Amino acid sequence: MSSYSSSARFDEARRVAIFGGTHGNEMSGVTLVNLWVKNGSEIQRKMVDTKPFITNPRAVEKCTRYVDTDLNRAFTPENLSALGEGDLPYEVQRAQEINRIFGPKGSPEAYDVIFDLHNTTSNMGCTLILESSKDYFNLQMMNYIKKAIDPASCLVLLNEHPLLKYSTSRSVAKHPVGLEVGPQPQGVLRSNIFEAMRVILKHALDFIELFNEGVEFPTCTVEVFRVLERIDYPRDANGNIIAMVHPNLQDGDWEPLNPGDPMFLTFDGKTLHYQGSGTIYPTFINEAAYYEKQQAFVTTRRETLVASAIRKA
Amino acid sequence: TSSRICERGADVAVCGGTHGNELSGVYLVRELLKAKDIVMEEEREEPASVLMVLANPRAMQQCRRYVDTDLNRCFTHATLNGPISDSAPYEMTRSRELNAMLGPKGSPGAVDLVCDLHNTTANMGLCLILSLACLFQRQMPDVPMRFIHFDVSSKESYSLDSVGKHGFAMEIGPQPHGVVRSNIYTAMKDGVQHMLDWVRLFNSGTIFEAGFVDVFTIVKNIDYPRDSETHNITATIHPQLQDRDFLLLHPDDALFQTFSGETLRYKGNEPLYPFFVNECAYYEKGIALSLARKNTVAYHNMAFKVHS
Repeated sequence: MSSYSSSARFDEARRVAIFGGTHGNEMSGVTLVNLWVKNGSEIQRKMVDTKPFITNPRAVEKCTRYVDTDLNRAFTPENLSALGEGDLPYEVQRAQEINRIFGPKGSPEAYDVIFDLHNTTSNMGCTLILESSKDYFNLQMMNYIKKAIDPASCLVLLNEHPLLKYSTSRSVAKHPVGLEVGPQPQGVLRSNIFEAMRVILKHALDFIELFNEGVEFPTCTVEVFRVLERIDYPRDANGNIIAMVHPNLQDGDWEPLNPGDPMFLTFDGKTLHYQGSGTIYPTFINEAAYYEKQQAFVTTRRETLVASAIRKA
Repeated sequence: TSSRICERGADVAVCGGTHGNELSGVYLVRELLKAKDIVMEEEREEPASVLMVLANPRAMQQCRRYVDTDLNRCFTHATLNGPISDSAPYEMTRSRELNAMLGPKGSPGAVDLVCDLHNTTANMGLCLILSLACLFQRQMPDVPMRFIHFDVSSKESYSLDSVGKHGFAMEIGPQPHGVVRSNIYTAMKDGVQHMLDWVRLFNSGTIFEAGFVDVFTIVKNIDYPRDSETHNITATIHPQLQDRDFLLLHPDDALFQTFSGETLRYKGNEPLYPFFVNECAYYEKGIALSLARKNTVAYHNMAFKVHS
């Protein structure tokens, strides 16, 4: 039973990109994209142009997160319009290049969907990252993926926070989708993490193919974790951390953290407790790359979003 | 049975940050240095026989393994004593500074015991890595610990711990590089404390009885299968081997899984013990895992005697 009048219409998602190596030491995406650049049959779908692409080749070559500056924070309006070409930081040049190929960001010519592949040292499992609670196309895709891999789990992190939201490589597209799979150390390729990411992408591309064929996806609800705030490590006057994530919290991504629960353990053995006013769901706990971004973990709250029915225009 | 006799109390150097992104040692040595400052401020009597060293400060500042070249390969006699230019890699200059501080390697003035702190992404638990037959009695019966032996003559030894008369690396994993995990930090803190307690006991005349200990002696390394043109890896450690350090690998056991899903098997003749399975820093050294035989080794009585 479908109701044409209440279906949100979206253009056919014909141009799809898969980004790997946005951070050069997050190995699942680097490896998958290199594989698919060589032989893309696995990612081909009817009526879809799927382009695998290494976004930060210099960082990949050095197996480092970035060369000059974090590419996944670089797609700001200022950077995208900056002049100076060869004098600009490497990643700003890359951002402009990527915006030319896959954008321009915000324009009708931009790619329909970009999947950006990431790993984390946090125990987050498979996580899909959503940038807008109103993107029903993405919500429907995420709902489809979650159902397809059930009983395995894939959670959705929503980062719509006006201050904490950042300008990602995928934000060039109309429908940006972040894939974050962990735990995996930087520079390491673990087979279970690699396969998990591969399976998620398979289902995502299946969804796009079905959508392009005209399938209507009825209204659905999707549970998401909405980013609230960033919590830093306690630091001394010189900015050095003076405590570690507490063993009770370590690896506890997505588990409730209640006021009074242990949060940090100082180097000399003292426990610091969570002082918030209510229960939150922490994630990105002890991500290596976030020490320099002043983040030990982020807090989230659980929400249920509704996505309207969608169908191809 | 024979006794080892030393002429004076043994002195110890504890080194962290030899690889700048192996954070347990970085933070532990920083804390020990802070504690030492407090002790000196309070003017308590502490024998100045424990040196705390942050070995690679520039790499630590950038949270990288090394700046130009791996510091822990810069302690061969040739590297320490050969000619050096102004444009030498940072770590080569640094290794000479450390050799002056803790050595010189091979001389009577060298520190008695060097303990070099490391982390690994491999699931190895707590390991002590020795290149000489320097064993001290296990003083941590409640903590599983393994001894790994690299059989190199003192001429070929290249690591920081080879600068002292005796030395070993304390290696703890699994921990991602650039991360400090509280359980791993605590294990290393306890390990270092036990080591220092042992040295104190030794210096106060305790006789340590002879005994036996299991030691893993490295036999060979195995690299990932690689693409002949790009040299990129074409397989990952097989899920049946991942995280199974020190569990016996038999001929025909699964070793690697190619990206197309095929299983590659261990073709050796004898069962061996794998370790350093999927260590991040070893991809560039062409090592997917190391393989060892387990031997039982006898060690001598040890005691410290003052010559009157």
